[in-house]
Amino acid sequence: MSISTETAALVKLSAAEQAAKVKAGEVTSRELVEAHLQVIESAEPSIKAFLKVSGDVALEQADAFDAKSAEDKAKLPELAGVPIAIKDMIVTKGIETTAASKILEGWVPPYDATVIEKLKAAGMPILGKTNLDEFAQGSSTEHSAYQTTHNPWDTERVPGGSGGGSASAVAAFEAPLALGTDTGGSIRQPGSLTGTVGVKPTYGGVSRFGAIAMASSLDQIGPVSRTVLDSALLQEVIGGHDERDSTSIPEGPRPMVAAAREGLKRDLKGLKVGLVKELDGEGFQPGVEARFNEAVAKLKEMGAEVTEVSCPHFPYALGAYYIIMPSEVSSNLARYDGMRYGLRVMPPDGVPQTAANMMAYTREAGFGDEVKRRIILGTYALSAGYYDAWYGSAQKVRTLIINDFKAAFEKVDVLVSPTSPSTAFKFGEKMDDPLAMYMNDIATIPANLAGVPAMSIPAGLSDDGLPVGFQLIAPQQRDEVMYKPAAALEAALEEDWGGPIWTSLKTPWLGE
Amino acid sequence: MPTFSREEIVHLGDLARIALTDEEITRLQGELNVIADSINKVQEVASDDVPPTANPVPLEAYMRPDVAQTPLTQAEALSGAPKTEAGMFVAPRILGSEE
Repeated sequence: MSISTETAALVKLSAAEQAAKVKAGEVTSRELVEAHLQVIESAEPSIKAFLKVSGDVALEQADAFDAKSAEDKAKLPELAGVPIAIKDMIVTKGIETTAASKILEGWVPPYDATVIEKLKAAGMPILGKTNLDEFAQGSSTEHSAYQTTHNPWDTERVPGGSGGGSASAVAAFEAPLALGTDTGGSIRQPGSLTGTVGVKPTYGGVSRFGAIAMASSLDQIGPVSRTVLDSALLQEVIGGHDERDSTSIPEGPRPMVAAAREGLKRDLKGLKVGLVKELDGEGFQPGVEARFNEAVAKLKEMGAEVTEVSCPHFPYALGAYYIIMPSEVSSNLARYDGMRYGLRVMPPDGVPQTAANMMAYTREAGFGDEVKRRIILGTYALSAGYYDAWYGSAQKVRTLIINDFKAAFEKVDVLVSPTSPSTAFKFGEKMDDPLAMYMNDIATIPANLAGVPAMSIPAGLSDDGLPVGFQLIAPQQRDEVMYKPAAALEAALEEDWGGPIWTSLKTPWLGE
Repeated sequence: MPTFSREEIVHLGDLARIALTDEEITRLQGELNVIADSINKVQEVASDDVPPTANPVPLEAYMRPDVAQTPLTQAEALSGAPKTEAGMFVAPRILGSEE
C-alpha cells in the first residue's frame, strides 16, 4: 500500500500534536488509527516491530471515542483519541499476549492490566502488541521466540532490548506512543539505540498489575515516545495508585507535564546537574562520549551548574543485578508449569507421565536459551549454602547503591550519563557472549536497583550515523525533576539539528 | 568462587523443573562459570555492617477492604487451560512414578 503525503505528515506529528488536531476537530481518532495501520502494513515487512496488530479492536475503540459528546471528550486526558502500541509483556483482555515466549503461544488473557484499563478509559486505541526479548530478558530483542525486530536507522542492526518492538514502532512512525517495561534498561536502552524517548518511572509510580512479572523488585512500566512532552503526558495517564499492586505508591502522579512545558522555555538557571564519574569513560564509544559531552555543554549554556559526582559502588551494580534479577526470574517463572494456562508438553514414551515430568518437558520446550540460563542461575543463587554469599551480598550492594544516590542527590538535582555505551550493534554480534550482552545495561541498571526514575532522550547521531542516548536520573518520587532539563535539552538540540532527530531518518516505508 | 560441575547443572535443572538436554548442560556449564566469575565480586563490599534492601521504595503495608470479589468467572479462569473437565483443571498424576 502506498502512503499518501497527508498520511506521512500526520503520523510524523508528535502525540501531543495529534491530540490537538483531534481536539480541534481536524482529524478523528478513527483517521489517526487508519493512518497508523497503513504505516504498519507498509513498514512491517522491513521493521517487524509487532507480534500482533489489533486493527479491529483499535478501530472499535476509536469509533467509541469519536461518538462521544464534546462534553464527555473534554473530561478525558489530553492524549484522548491518540493510538498506542503495547509491549507484549503487558496483558490485554481478548488480545493474544505471549511475552515473546513459546510457553504462552496463543494465550488470550481474560483480564486487562491496570495500565490498559487506564488507556481504554482515556480513549486511547490499542494498535497491537510489540516484540521483545522473551520475558523481557535481553538487550537486543534477538531472544524473541517469534521474530527479530529491525532498527529503523539501519535494518541490519538491532533496536536494543528488551523493548525493541515498542522503540522501533515509535521510531518508524508505526505508532506515536508505546508502553514498555524496564527491569534493567529495557525501555531506556532501546530508546537510546532508536533515537526515541524512553522513561522508567519511580518504582511503584505506575501499577505493575497485569505486567507479566520478570523481576518484581525491579520491573516498572513506562512510556516510549518521540518527544519528552509526549512521555510526560503518557506517564500522567498511566501513573497513580492501584490497590491491586502492593508496591504501588499511594500518592498520585507527579506534575510531569507542567515540568516538561516549563523546560521548553530553556531556562535552567539554578539547576544542579551531576555527571556520574562511574558511568562514563572506559568502554563507551568515542562517538557516544562526543554527543554526550556536547549535550552537557548545552545544559551549561542554558544556565545549569554542572559538577562531577562519584557513586563509588556503581561498579558493583551489574554483579548485584545479575544475582537479584535471575533469582526473582527463577521464582516468578515457576508459574509456567503447564497446569492452568499456556503450553503443556507430555513426557516422551518411556518416561513416567507424571505432573513433575510434564512440567520439566513443558519448560524445556517452552523456554528459550536466555530464559533457561537465568532460571538456572537464579535457582543456584537461591539454593541452600549459597544464599548468603550471593543473594545476601547483592541485597547489601543494593543498599550501598541507594546510599550513593542519596549522597549524590544531596549535592545535585539531577544526574546524567550516556544511556548505553554503544550505538546499535549488528544482529548476532553479541548472541554468543552473554556477558558482552549484559554490558549494554551498565549505565541503566543502577536506577532499577535504587528504584529512582530515569529516562533516555536522543543526544544526536554518532560518527556511524546511529542515534546516541542521553540519560537523566532524578530522586525517588520526583520524576518531574528530570522532565524539565530533558525538555530543555531536546529543544536546544533540535534547534541545532534543524528539527527532531528523525528528520535525518530515511523512511522508505512512508513512500519517501 | 563457585564453579559449576556438570552434576550441579543437572541438579539445578531438576530443581527448576527443566529437562535440559546434554548439549544445553555442556553450554550452561561454561557460560555460568564465566558469569559467576564476574558477579562474585559483590562480596568484596558486602560487609556485615551493611543492611540488605529488598524493596527500593519501602511502603507501609496496607489492606484493602475485606470484601469478596469475582475478578474472573470460572469459565474465564479456565479459558487458557491445556485440559479441563467438569469445570476443573486436569493435571497429570502428581504422586507416584509408575505409568
